[in-house]
Amino acid sequence: MKIDLDPTRCVGAGQCVLTAPEVFDQGDPDGVVVLRDPDPADELTEDVLAAADLCPVGAILVADGGDDR
Amino acid sequence: MTEPVYPMARQCPFDPPPEVTRLRDQPQVSRVPIWNGMRPWLFTRFDDARVVLGDPRFSADKRRPGYPVSSAVALAEATVEPTLLIMDNPEHDAVRRLVLSEFTVRRAESWRTRIAAIVDGCVDRMVDGRGHGDLVADLALPVALSFVCELLGVPAADRERFRRLTHDMNVLSGTTETAGAARQELQDYLESLVAEREREPGDDFVGRMIVTHVRTGAMDRRTLAAMALLLLTAGHDTTANMISLGLLTLLRNPAHFAALRTDDPGRLADTVEELLRYLTIVQRGIRRMAVEDVDVNGHPVRAGDGVIAAINAANRDPARFAAGERFDPTARPHGHLAFGYGPHQCLGQSLARVELQETYRVVARRLPGLRVGVPLERLRFKSDMAVYGLHELPVTW
Ligand code: HEM
Ligand code: SF4
Repeated sequence: MKIDLDPTRCVGAGQCVLTAPEVFDQGDPDGVVVLRDPDPADELTEDVLAAADLCPVGAILVADGGDDR
Repeated sequence: MTEPVYPMARQCPFDPPPEVTRLRDQPQVSRVPIWNGMRPWLFTRFDDARVVLGDPRFSADKRRPGYPVSSAVALAEATVEPTLLIMDNPEHDAVRRLVLSEFTVRRAESWRTRIAAIVDGCVDRMVDGRGHGDLVADLALPVALSFVCELLGVPAADRERFRRLTHDMNVLSGTTETAGAARQELQDYLESLVAEREREPGDDFVGRMIVTHVRTGAMDRRTLAAMALLLLTAGHDTTANMISLGLLTLLRNPAHFAALRTDDPGRLADTVEELLRYLTIVQRGIRRMAVEDVDVNGHPVRAGDGVIAAINAANRDPARFAAGERFDPTARPHGHLAFGYGPHQCLGQSLARVELQETYRVVARRLPGLRVGVPLERLRFKSDMAVYGLHELPVTW
């Protein structure tokens, strides 16, 4: 699983932190999204996909591990 | 037969108007007449509502001619200093980013103990003596107002004035002038408060913004005052309505209310999300205007068309939510639109979650015998306001 963040879009709604706190954080000092874990364990895949779906501005893009997209 | 005007009348106080639900369950997207004769497109399905709220080709700027504003009072938002709510990008994100750090999940969590203490204080006063009261006046409003005043650093002593001005901005029987006057009065009040605090900034939202942004020139006094106005008004009325209407819903579902006594944070969080979804108090839809042609999941919208995302109907779309029209905190709903979607998605949502969680938790624990004091038909629901809720909620315990 490859996670691509576009912090320039982030509006700090915090959906990602709420959904996958192990993977996403809101950084200091600006409160914009940061990646805590760029290569999360498999059991977190569902949460990461949910976070990508919930992010209101599409700042989180997830590509499957296998194929290089 | 004259066509009913959106948002149409409710039948059940807990459900969206049946007409709106019916439109969602039809294959085509319809235009609906609104109060001022305009005929915007009404998007009632979850997937469509997300496109309308998330696609940057839809503008939130109420100053645009032809914008499908929700009421005469809402038009006043375009007459005083603009707030985040009506800004488009790139301006919107630039302003929102100046304040983001105050609203992170972590910052909201850091308020939890303090919020619980505010709720406890209100419950102390309720149980002191009488066995009856009004959950709106005794709990919902004081909790929501005290908290937002403390967050911002505005005097809690002026709570009644803030409540009255917010009411005047949101009561649908008002005019653009009456709502504009209330808005201007609050903007002026907050501008002088900022001016005063510039000399001695406190350790609160207004103080911190003065130190980091006003003194550095990133934000001027009027912009900070407009931001404080938005937080003060958007931040207490919504939360207070969710507290009262949410507790009413829980009292009608005693098993789900009792479940909050088990000190299970997961259950508490799920209950709050489900109440937000089921009740969706932003009852007049979220309005936008297309600035370019947009294809909304196969439905063409032309530049200049007004659109409405009916988030109350979308939040019960069976294609997205298993519980659909039912209230079911065990269904673990995710991604509801009660806080909107896209760049304007509620800035205060993490704070709102903590406020609601702590209020429901403390009430469930301390007032286990809580009951509604009058029959349902006698309750006054806020069909006359921009945001749904209850005018009063008489209770005994
Ligand atoms: C349960 C309570 C709440 C509900 C249901 C709610 C709902 C909403 C909704 C639907 C929007 C989006 C409006 C749009 O897209 O046009 C919004 C925006 C906003 N809310 Fe909330 N809200 C709540 C609590 C709060 C609180 C506690 C605060 C602040 C302390 C707050 C501050 C804001 C602000 C500043 C915006 C504008 C964001 C922007 O335009 O970028 N809200 N809210
Ligand atoms: S969900 Fe999206 S907008 Fe919200 S904090 Fe995470 S990345 Fe930012």
